[in-house]
Amino acid sequence: MTFEPSVTSSADATRTMQFRIWRGDQSGGAFQTYPMQVSEGMVVLDCVHRIQAELATDLAVRWNCKAGKCGSCSAEINGQPKLMCMTRMDTLPPDAPVTIEPLRSFPSIRDLVTDVSWNFRVKKKIKPFKPRKPDNADGSWTMFQADVDRVQEFRKCIECFLCQDVCHVLRDHHKHDEFVGPRFLMYTAALEMHPLDTEDRLKDLKDNDGIGYCNITKCCTKVCPEHIGITDNAIIPMKERVVDEFYDPITRLFRMFKPKK
Amino acid sequence: MSRNPLSLPQVRGFLKTERKDNWWIVPLLVLAGLGAFLIYSTWAAFQGSNFFVGSVEQPGVQQLLSPFYSPVLWDPNGIHSGHAWFGALPAWWPAWMFFSPALLILPFPAGFRFTCYYYRGAYYKAFWGDPASCTVGEPAFRGQNYRGEQKFPLIFQNIHRYFLYAAIVFIGLLTWDGLVSFTHYNADGTLGFGISIGTIVLVLNPIFLSMYTFGCHCLRHLVGGKHDCLSCSKHREGAYKRVTWLNERHMLFAWISLFGVAFADIYVRMCASGAWTDWRIL
Ligand code: SF4
Ligand code: SF4
Ligand code: FES
Ligand code: FES
Repeated sequence: MTFEPSVTSSADATRTMQFRIWRGDQSGGAFQTYPMQVSEGMVVLDCVHRIQAELATDLAVRWNCKAGKCGSCSAEINGQPKLMCMTRMDTLPPDAPVTIEPLRSFPSIRDLVTDVSWNFRVKKKIKPFKPRKPDNADGSWTMFQADVDRVQEFRKCIECFLCQDVCHVLRDHHKHDEFVGPRFLMYTAALEMHPLDTEDRLKDLKDNDGIGYCNITKCCTKVCPEHIGITDNAIIPMKERVVDEFYDPITRLFRMFKPKK
Repeated sequence: MSRNPLSLPQVRGFLKTERKDNWWIVPLLVLAGLGAFLIYSTWAAFQGSNFFVGSVEQPGVQQLLSPFYSPVLWDPNGIHSGHAWFGALPAWWPAWMFFSPALLILPFPAGFRFTCYYYRGAYYKAFWGDPASCTVGEPAFRGQNYRGEQKFPLIFQNIHRYFLYAAIVFIGLLTWDGLVSFTHYNADGTLGFGISIGTIVLVLNPIFLSMYTFGCHCLRHLVGGKHDCLSCSKHREGAYKRVTWLNERHMLFAWISLFGVAFADIYVRMCASGAWTDWRIL
C-alpha cells in the first residue's frame, strides 16, 4: 500500500482542488488556502491528511476510525456540518474551493479541533436509567420489540455532535447554559421512553434542559450521519409529554384524580 | 439555572454562511406558498358571497359548498345558501358590522395550521429567519434575546392539541359536504343524485385533509406515543403505527391539503360567479 499521490491515474480521475482550511485557536484565526491533488474515491479527510503530510505539517485534525463510527472527525465542510471521513470529494462542487472549518458552536482548541467537553458535562447532569424491579425470579426483565424499537433508533448515535453544532439555539444564540441541545434531548427521550425506566425527567426537560428553546426547525435531523429522526421521533414526543405534564389543563385535571404510580 | 456557561463570539451576520448550495430556495418556496395561501384565503373569507352553488333556485346543479365557508352558521343578508345551520343572520348582529360566514369558522383551521409542528418549523425559517436555513446567520438583534417556544408568546404553541380536536370535527363536516355534493335539486324541488367535477373536488378535499390531520404529532402522542408500553394494547400499537406512517409524510400532506382546500374554494367561487360551469359527469 502506498500513500503517494496517485498521479499515475488517468487525467480526468485526478484534478487539483483548492482547500480553504481554517487555521487558528481561541484567540482567533483565518482561512488558508492549500492546493491539493484529488483522485477518485477520496474523502475530505484523505485530502486533509495529505495536506497535513505535504503542505502543513502542524495542522491539527482529529480523527480515529475513518468509517463514520467514532464521531471524531466532525467539521463544517462548505458550511455544512459533516463527518470528514464520510464526505466523498465527488459530492462537492469541483470548481469551487472546499471550505473546511471546525465546529463553530464550541470553543476552538486549534485548527480543525474543537473542545466538545461541554457535551460530556451536560450528559452527566441527566438523571440516569432507573429500571423497575426485575419481572422474573432470576432477576431479569421481559421486554417486547415493539416497545424498544423507538429507543433503539436513538442508540445509533455516535456522539459526533454535528447536531449540537448545527442547532441555532447553541450556534447563534449561545444558550449553552439553558439548553442541552438535540443530542441530549434525544438521550433523555431514549431514557424516558424506555419501557423499564421509572425515573421522571419531564420537569428537567422543561426547566433545565430548555426543550422549549427548540423551535423544531429540524437542522439537527438533517445533519445526523446516522439518520436519526431527532426532531420528529425524540424532541416533539418529549414536547408533547411536557405539555401533558405542565401545560394542558385537561390532562392536569385528570392527574389530580388519578393515583400516582 | 446556569449549568454550563460557555462564551463564544457570534460568528456570522444575518444571512451569512459558508454554504455553497442554493439554501435559499426552500425558504423562498415556503414564503411564496404560504404567503399566497394567506393572501388568497383572507381575501376569499372577506367576500361573503360566491361560496356555494346548486341551491333550490339552481335545479340540476350539484350542491357545492366552499370549505372555507363550512359550516355556514348563518347566511349573510340576502343570500339563501341552503347550508345555513341557523338560517338567516339574526337581528342582534349589529348592522354596521361586516359579516361573512367564513370569518366565524376559519380561526379553527387557521389555528390548527399555525400551531402545527411542521408549519412552525417552516415559517420560523421562511418568515422570521430563525434561522433562514441551517448554518445561515440570524439577525444580530435576536442573539441572546432568543426565547424560542420556551417563553411568552410562543409558549402558546403548546395549545396545538386543542386545535387538533377541532380539526377532527371539521373533517366530519367537510366529509358531509363531500356527500352532499353528490346531490342536486330537481325542478320540482326534490333531490337527485349526480356526480360532477365539483363532486370530485369536494370528495378529495376531506381525504387530503385527513391524511394531514391524522398524521399530526399530537395525535401520534395521544394514540400511543405517550405510553412507554406500546405492546400493552394491540389497538394502541396498530394506531400508533398508522399515525406514524402518515406522520412521516406530514410535510407532503400539509402542502397537498393546503393547495387542495384552496383549490376547492377557487373552484366553487368560479362556478358561483359564473366564470366556470360545473361539468356533470353523471
Ligand atoms: S430542531 Fe430543535 S434541536 Fe434540532 S436544530 Fe432545530 S432548534 Fe435545534
Ligand atoms: S444524534 Fe446524530 S448528529 Fe447528533 S451526535 Fe448523535 S449521531 Fe451525531
Ligand atoms: S474518523 Fe471516525 S467518524 Fe470520521
Ligand atoms: S403537527 Fe402538524 S397538524 Fe399537528
